[in-house]
Amino acid sequence: METRKTFSIKGMHCASCVNLLEGALRKVDGVLKANVNLATNKATVIYNSQKVTDKHLESAVASVGYQAMTNEELKSEDEEKAEKQKELRDLKVKVIVSLFLGALILWGSFPGLMNTAPKILQNFLVQLLLATPVQFWAGWSFYRATISALRHRTANMDTLVVIGTTVAYFYSVFVAILPQVVESIGIEPMPYFDVATIIIGLILLGRYFEAKAKAGTSEAIKKLIGLQAKTARVIRNGKEIDILINEVIIDDIIRVRPGEKIPVDGVIIEGESSIDESMITGESMPVDKTKGDTVVGATMNKTGSFTFRATKIGQETMLAQIIKLVQEAQGSKAPIQRLADLVSSYFVPIVLMLAILTFVVWYNFGPSPALTFALLNTIAVLIIACPCAMGLATPTAIMVGTGRGAEHGILIKDAESLEIAHKIRTIIFDKTGTLTKGKPEVTDIIITGTLSQNEALQLAASLEKGSEHSLAESIVNKAESKNLRFDKVEKFQAIPGYGVGGFVLGKKISLGNRKLMEKEKVSLKTVQADIEKLENDGKTVMMLQVDGQLSALIAVADTLKESAFQGVKQLQKLGIEVVMITGDNRRTANAIAQKIGIKRVLAEVLPNQKEAEVRKIQAEGKIVAMVGDGINDAPALATANVGIAMGSGTDIAIEAANITLINKDLRSVAVAIILSKKTMRTIRLNLFWAFGYNIILIPVAMGALYPFFEILLNPIFASVAMATSSISVVLNSLLLKKKTIGLLP
Amino acid sequence: MDKIIVTIMGLLGIAFTYWFFFMKKEKEVAVSDSVDIIVDGGYSPEVISIMKGKTIKINFIRHDPNSCLEEVVLSDFKIRKYLPLNQKITVEITPQKSGEFQYSCGMNMFHGKIIVK
Repeated sequence: METRKTFSIKGMHCASCVNLLEGALRKVDGVLKANVNLATNKATVIYNSQKVTDKHLESAVASVGYQAMTNEELKSEDEEKAEKQKELRDLKVKVIVSLFLGALILWGSFPGLMNTAPKILQNFLVQLLLATPVQFWAGWSFYRATISALRHRTANMDTLVVIGTTVAYFYSVFVAILPQVVESIGIEPMPYFDVATIIIGLILLGRYFEAKAKAGTSEAIKKLIGLQAKTARVIRNGKEIDILINEVIIDDIIRVRPGEKIPVDGVIIEGESSIDESMITGESMPVDKTKGDTVVGATMNKTGSFTFRATKIGQETMLAQIIKLVQEAQGSKAPIQRLADLVSSYFVPIVLMLAILTFVVWYNFGPSPALTFALLNTIAVLIIACPCAMGLATPTAIMVGTGRGAEHGILIKDAESLEIAHKIRTIIFDKTGTLTKGKPEVTDIIITGTLSQNEALQLAASLEKGSEHSLAESIVNKAESKNLRFDKVEKFQAIPGYGVGGFVLGKKISLGNRKLMEKEKVSLKTVQADIEKLENDGKTVMMLQVDGQLSALIAVADTLKESAFQGVKQLQKLGIEVVMITGDNRRTANAIAQKIGIKRVLAEVLPNQKEAEVRKIQAEGKIVAMVGDGINDAPALATANVGIAMGSGTDIAIEAANITLINKDLRSVAVAIILSKKTMRTIRLNLFWAFGYNIILIPVAMGALYPFFEILLNPIFASVAMATSSISVVLNSLLLKKKTIGLLP
Repeated sequence: MDKIIVTIMGLLGIAFTYWFFFMKKEKEVAVSDSVDIIVDGGYSPEVISIMKGKTIKINFIRHDPNSCLEEVVLSDFKIRKYLPLNQKITVEITPQKSGEFQYSCGMNMFHGKIIVK
């Protein structure tokens, strides 16, 4: 398959570069044609897409010392904006001209008003002259859209407008040119040029406001793209140079001075500073960072100066990932939209049929002059119908909702997750790393045998050195802080949910929980009281067994996150049941849960049982969310109706999660649910308005109220109502931006 | 007499509208790796069929200035793209499930279908 691609090339400066680049590109197997333009710094390549990928092109360009920018999606934003602005300007001119001409015609033809108008405006032929440019110049976009839609045997709103106004226009032309013919069949010769022109003017006006308002719904993405730094100060060959951000390569050393934006993601190698990450994480307090800490592109350096090594660039940076995620969420569909989808696919043809029916009924059974009534009511039906409001009801709210989430460091993967979140009745928190900081520390070592504290710690640390468990790290850290030696371990064995075992210095040792000791038949009778006391303090107790004898109890405690208590309390205020799940024994778990006000605790749950526990709560008929770190609880996150992951480092693309909290603040769980509730309320109101509007006003336009109250809908009022209906839906979605989605008092 | 004519014409009009919009046959275009879809009063080709698990490139080229068509939404693939006039915008999809997936314009007025086999 032949593909054509044009992309920018960085680093070109002379005509010889052109030959060099063309040669390199043509050499790639599968490239059929390659042209490089020095003036635009662009290459155009025609190639076989089965053989050649962007990577091939990039490496061919790199092989001769240049850089190919094959992925330039972010750049087109400016062009997009310019195009939109031009469209809006054109539209504005058309609106002004058509409403001005329409007003003149209305003045010259509206009963009661026409007496005050100059004679010339009352002339039918002058009215025809004024109406014609509105009909075919300002209204041309409706005709164009209708013609191409009909070619596909589809119809949309433009079709309705075209049919409605064209009928009014040509009937009026007939009246204007041959008034005597109309008069001879007993109808007063009365053209409706005002109807046609004002409808076109008002609908265009509606479109103008709608386009302006719609731009606001995708503002979040634009804001995120705008966060990107433009340049970076890199140190290459001992020299500091300012380069464009897309020229930064991985492992570049970048200097950041006070008050500057950090250009890409990386790790600090020298210096320290306080960094404002609020634009990415929503966290308002600046974070202190020093050597070895990660920094995130687009965040703001406050006070210090530092250098860092670039680790992620281009589409890999956290900002680019966030943009991608938000874009994806805005492209997804909420289940609530299904009905609107179904209706809108049949809507326009049905309205056309209803319009014909209206004409027939009024012509046959309407009062005199039947033709005028039939005509005006048919036009009113065509004009009042507004399928756009239905189409816009859900997506605009989803776009604003997901955008607002991103501003608060809450990344919602898709519209469906946002929709389900408001139904959550139970939230399960994983303990380690979610409610707690996940960095446990050794708090107590109680000796029960002949070994000294350090000897016991040395054996335990040697054994744990090979383990990946978070508790193991705390023991190793403690031993390191005491400068203890690590001995070699033989026959190392890790038993998930129990502990670890092996041989150290010829001794058979094991370290783990009560279950492990029971399994190894080590009696805990003498230390029962000690264990209970430690566990009641919320500490996790590990027992060290050496050659069949209990030698020490090592207690480890993990600090709770500052936001844990508030986070849980907020959820409880929303009427949501909060559950804690942990591998800890019941006593320790209860002690921790009590500190943060959690009443339901699932303790002693092995990592692979978490998923089953989620299912059990779902079986109680509840919509369940699971909050975890997204690493070792991925199956549980995926099983829950909504999986919420606490973002870690610069990687936010957590596969199993529906919602990622990049601010790591547990209060954001409640904020996400409040956001979901508010978005759903907006969607419901939008749908109610959009459906209600059509369901009520189409019959009114057909004349359903006429037999009882003699109420009919003037086509001009119909066009006002139609124009306001889509705007009102978009504006209602935009109101979401103004709503506080913060925490409850 | 005129009433009878209007009634007959009206009924014919309704029948024609029904036939014209609801009875059309969709032409399905099989796509192996890439397809250009022209956006002009709808999508042509409107219905494409592709194989499951295979990555295909769909190039949307919009010739229609109507603002209704300025965005294309492939919600099953989480894609919402702005289509600048007369420019080729490529989206890549790798369907993992077979079935019929609708795509539409931003206002959900124009529709197309991707059939995954």
